[in-house]
Amino acid sequence: MAPSHAEPSVAGPSYLDAERGLWSWLTTRDHKRIGVMFLAVLLLMFLLGGVFALALRVELLTPGETVMGRLAYNRAFTVHGVVMVWLFLIPSIPTAFGNFLLPLMIGARDVAFPRLNLASFYLYMLGAVMTLWGVFQGGVDTGWTFYTPYSTVTGREVMPVLLGVFVVGFSTILTGINFITTVHTMRAPGVTWMKVPLFVWALYGTSIIQVLATPVLGMVLMLVALERVAGAGLFDPSRGGDPLLYQHLFWFYSHPAVYIMVLPGMGVISETVCAFSRKRPFSYRVIVWSTVGISFVGFLTWGHHMFVSGQSTFGAGAFSVLSMLVAIFTAMKIFTWLGTMYRGSLWVSTPFTYVLGFIFLLFFGGMSGVAVAVTSADLHWHDTYFVVAHFHFIMVGASLMAFLAALHYWFPKMFGRMYPEGMGIGTAVLIIFGFIATFLPQFLLGNLGMPRRYADYPEAFQPLHVASTAGASLLGFGFLIVAVYLGWSLRHGRAAGRNPWGSEGYEWLSDSPPPEFNFHAPPRFPRPPHDYANPGANTEVEHAA
Amino acid sequence: MRHEASPRPVEPRALHFGDEASRQDAAHLGMWIFLATEVLLFSVLFTAYALYRLTYPGVFQQAPAHMDVFLGTLNTFVLVSSSILVALAVDAIRNGRDFAAAALLALSVLLGIAFLFIKAAEYTKHVHDGALPGAWYAYEAFALPGANLYFTLYWVMTGVHAVHVLVGVGVLVTLALRTLAGEFGARFHTPVELGGMYWHLVDVVWLFLWPLLYLT
Repeated sequence: MAPSHAEPSVAGPSYLDAERGLWSWLTTRDHKRIGVMFLAVLLLMFLLGGVFALALRVELLTPGETVMGRLAYNRAFTVHGVVMVWLFLIPSIPTAFGNFLLPLMIGARDVAFPRLNLASFYLYMLGAVMTLWGVFQGGVDTGWTFYTPYSTVTGREVMPVLLGVFVVGFSTILTGINFITTVHTMRAPGVTWMKVPLFVWALYGTSIIQVLATPVLGMVLMLVALERVAGAGLFDPSRGGDPLLYQHLFWFYSHPAVYIMVLPGMGVISETVCAFSRKRPFSYRVIVWSTVGISFVGFLTWGHHMFVSGQSTFGAGAFSVLSMLVAIFTAMKIFTWLGTMYRGSLWVSTPFTYVLGFIFLLFFGGMSGVAVAVTSADLHWHDTYFVVAHFHFIMVGASLMAFLAALHYWFPKMFGRMYPEGMGIGTAVLIIFGFIATFLPQFLLGNLGMPRRYADYPEAFQPLHVASTAGASLLGFGFLIVAVYLGWSLRHGRAAGRNPWGSEGYEWLSDSPPPEFNFHAPPRFPRPPHDYANPGANTEVEHAA
Repeated sequence: MRHEASPRPVEPRALHFGDEASRQDAAHLGMWIFLATEVLLFSVLFTAYALYRLTYPGVFQQAPAHMDVFLGTLNTFVLVSSSILVALAVDAIRNGRDFAAAALLALSVLLGIAFLFIKAAEYTKHVHDGALPGAWYAYEAFALPGANLYFTLYWVMTGVHAVHVLVGVGVLVTLALRTLAGEFGARFHTPVELGGMYWHLVDVVWLFLWPLLYLT
């Protein structure tokens, strides 16, 4: 179906024009502006993490020292991991797109606690500045996991990083509280639980994980800080402590954190698949309940990070089985997306290209996840590039593809402009290809025994490393193109109109870009979202009061 | 009706709630979720306590003999009493007795401060004994392997709790002053209720710390 073009916008300035000046942005309580501010900062973080990723790949181009020494390499992969995980992937989709879209998608004027929302942004900024300050003070070489006892004895710069991550965690908790409360109390009349858009369901599940898991991370980071300051000994065997306790507590947060990264992405995919297949979702309920299922089971899998750390055999077996359960819920989701596409009227646009990439990469990464969840196989692959490739497939292949899909799908909504579509599709193909070229060789390397976090390797591994670095260069080049054409489109793209994709999501009933309080009049949603049988059945009601 | 329900002007962003009742619902739900995060924050410490109690059962049973059970128990009474006063304050403000509410809040603030002073007296004793956390542990009367872990946990658990008491006292002072200023009354008292909920949580956490650390 052809996109429906620019209907003349009737009244009211958009959220971008409602107030002007830097100060009005910095003190805004508008969820849309906060979302855009988050997006801007997150993209900077992504750039930073990406530059370090390329530096790592350059170092690994040849065996021996290529461009940096071993300590520098340790610090570089720590910066890459810390920035990408804590400052980009975990907050990315919820804070940027969630903030912008969640109220729009349930017909609300704003989130439940607008001031808390702004506080969350500034906490994130404070945490990010502390973390980066520590990182550039001289560098941290613990990796992003801060494993004890090493993290309690290495350089002093660990402290600001620990505290920075702690503060970022607070920001996450506040966003989670805000989202849950908003979904519970601020749905417009007609938006019953089974009519809540799928992206909102995904954000809801994510928020529950954030709220329940992040405090545990915060406290355990405090304990590591205490360990450094006072030699507390809780995680130090020489003082009677148990280092495994740190790993249990850390992964109790950090494994669910993977679902904090992936679930919102799955929500994005559920939205875009419906929009570009012109079909209602293949079983809305399965998508919803698999979201809830992943949020729940995600809490029961942390032990699979400790198969070789001295965990009991029974524990390892139980965690192995529980970890595999996640694959069942994920498979349910993949089937619903494929079912939605089946006999749909497919429109191969830029977001849809990323959707296809997402499904393939998630499937591949997820299946390799089942493989490493098998205890005996994990003994072979543990701490090798196989694991690196596996979690990059999930965290980059899935989260990042969904992030890019969201960026392209909602770009017209957020800024009221279109981008060059041909360019978008071409770059999407380039990025997906570059991604596969980067990480497929790493599966092979890991299987051959290349350990992770090593700056050096035997000659025999070089061809695969060269392939991986070549893929990473393609990937970096692809992101550069995206940055250029999206930046260009912000100013020069053609006007998008209210609903350029002809989507039946609730958020498209508002103007693009939306006015300050989202809707000119209270909206009415008699039909479910993603209902392509009755286009245009949902309306904005004029003068309901 | 809406404007009558709230003594303060309603900002346009909040209008979407429609009425004061649903704004209250949202505030309460938000607070309950926040309290859940607080429980999880402390749960890490309780987990660590359980683990080390299993590892060093003897140490953890003998340790309370080295604690000041009297001061700990006194503190329990102080905190529970202040919690009752806060509950009465919430009841008072709901019924429009503003001054009584402010007075009750002020009394509970005094008890909160008393709690902190008693805690400080206890800490001074521990410092004097050399019962400090981690590497600084030098308590000769109780020098079993694992004793330092008990005292580390003691300091962390009661320390984190004391920080919460301090924050709670700040919250209660603000609430008392704002009640005196006439900001809250029978029609609008959500902040008092939320502050009260927070104070009760602080109390409940102590009710778990007290038996774990002082009795056995």
